[in-house]
Amino acid sequence: MSGFLSIRNLTVHLRGGGPILRAVTMDVAPGQVHGLVGESGAGKSMIGKAVLGTLPRALEITGGEIWLDGVDLLALAPAARRKQIGATAALIPQDPLTALNPGKRIGPQITRRLVDILGWRKSDAEARARDLLDEVHIPDPVRVMRSYPHELSGGMRQRILIASAFAAEPRLIIADEPTTALDVTVQKQILRLISDMQTRHGTALLFVTHDLGVVSKVCDTLSVLYAGKVVENARMRRFFMRPIHPYSAALLAATPIYTDPDRGLTPVPQTVIDAVEREVEHHDVRAGA
Amino acid sequence: MIYELRDLHLSLPDMSRKPLLGAAPRIEILKGVSFDIPKGAVLGIVGGSGSGKSTLGRAMVRLLEPTSGHILFDGTDITHLSEDALRGMRRRFQMIFQDPMSSLNPRRRVGGIIAGPMRLHGMDGLRARVDEALDMVGLPRSFAKRYPHELSGGQRQRIGIARAIALRPDFILADEIVSGLDVSSQAQVLNLLQDLVADLGLTLAFISHDLSVIRRLCDRVLVLHHGQVVEQGPTADLFAAPQAAYTRELLDAIPLPDPDQVWR
Repeated sequence: MSGFLSIRNLTVHLRGGGPILRAVTMDVAPGQVHGLVGESGAGKSMIGKAVLGTLPRALEITGGEIWLDGVDLLALAPAARRKQIGATAALIPQDPLTALNPGKRIGPQITRRLVDILGWRKSDAEARARDLLDEVHIPDPVRVMRSYPHELSGGMRQRILIASAFAAEPRLIIADEPTTALDVTVQKQILRLISDMQTRHGTALLFVTHDLGVVSKVCDTLSVLYAGKVVENARMRRFFMRPIHPYSAALLAATPIYTDPDRGLTPVPQTVIDAVEREVEHHDVRAGA
Repeated sequence: MIYELRDLHLSLPDMSRKPLLGAAPRIEILKGVSFDIPKGAVLGIVGGSGSGKSTLGRAMVRLLEPTSGHILFDGTDITHLSEDALRGMRRRFQMIFQDPMSSLNPRRRVGGIIAGPMRLHGMDGLRARVDEALDMVGLPRSFAKRYPHELSGGQRQRIGIARAIALRPDFILADEIVSGLDVSSQAQVLNLLQDLVADLGLTLAFISHDLSVIRRLCDRVLVLHHGQVVEQGPTADLFAAPQAAYTRELLDAIPLPDPDQVWR
């Protein structure tokens, strides 16, 4: 396997229904950032959820392999699988308000995983939480650990979730649209922070986003999804210089850029959609045969 | 001028600080906003969250009543007009909302949704007007029979636009109407708005946090920060030479889909 996270022909179906992911194959190299892009409904978030074992109950994995640190998660029994995921991976979620428990103070929410699951001593976990809050540039960590989520701004809450994700030194972090709910100025700080933390800790990062601008700032490699199918796996710089798949090129052309006002009002042409729909159809026919 | 705003202040009760008994303290959202919108202009209103851009928009279409200052709509002072006095004017300034799922009644068919406001304003020939509105936003007339949940996000947003333009308003306020859409639907809706403004002679105020979208659509921009206008001017000038520090900060923070952009 060439990646720290290697996904091979991962297929997910709606229970008793159609495919949601269609033989997805991609690699995230150790210490690298891999972007997952596509329009809403393309299945970007579902890949992250499949890796973390948090797919909605209505969905089931019907084929393929998910190799995490040399182990095929799907070949493991459920308990062993959860253990492997818990020891290796963590999540930075999209919405910092719903991801934090509104009725609990920040401190215990960061340390709980370390204490309950990884068996740390409480004092060690608290010291670790303070260090991490310091590392994500939160002023006065001791006070913040005693605060409730509603007392903090959106940017602060997202910093806390980043600190929390790095707490147990996971070797893979899945970030699911971590800056979508934030202002551009705060987004810039948070993206920089995630990048710096990722580099310093040598963590592999799977970065789910709909924003190609964000991809070009943080990712080393990326996959473009359409209807649960990877239409292109690419290195970042090559993708922006010469996108190979017509759908990738159309997606780029539909993205407005303020420095180039004549661009960015080209919707994805119907011919491109028809072509990629045919590809998906062919895939389903082959997979069914 | 279709709109003239002078030293507009607006404060709202801060319910998160309301004592159990007694009045909530008031929090000032707009702190003296002044600007004009010429007829036929497409004005972009940009700012971060909490800058007051949505409150400003709601005051302009008088969903909120300002605390002080003046709003002149086509020469008439509407700042403190009563609901009765406003009723006759409301047809002329319309609003399109951010989230079409929550601003379209899920239990009514598209035809009824578009016809509703026209009926309130006593317009006749509704069926023909609904068909015409659907034509203008590029949706098949058969969509009149559908329910909102049967449509995609981009299609729902077109219904919001159709409902507004069916009344033949002079002015439309669009509040973050493409922020929930994928880039492809976003491009379609922006193209549509641009055509409608030209075809119907509309004046448009377009509230957005996305400067790239504003650059493409608007001929004038107004930057709002903490309830005050920090900069306004023709779009090309503002982007070429931003004057206010906050405008520069906003521009510098936008991640362009370009690996060579220096982003430090």
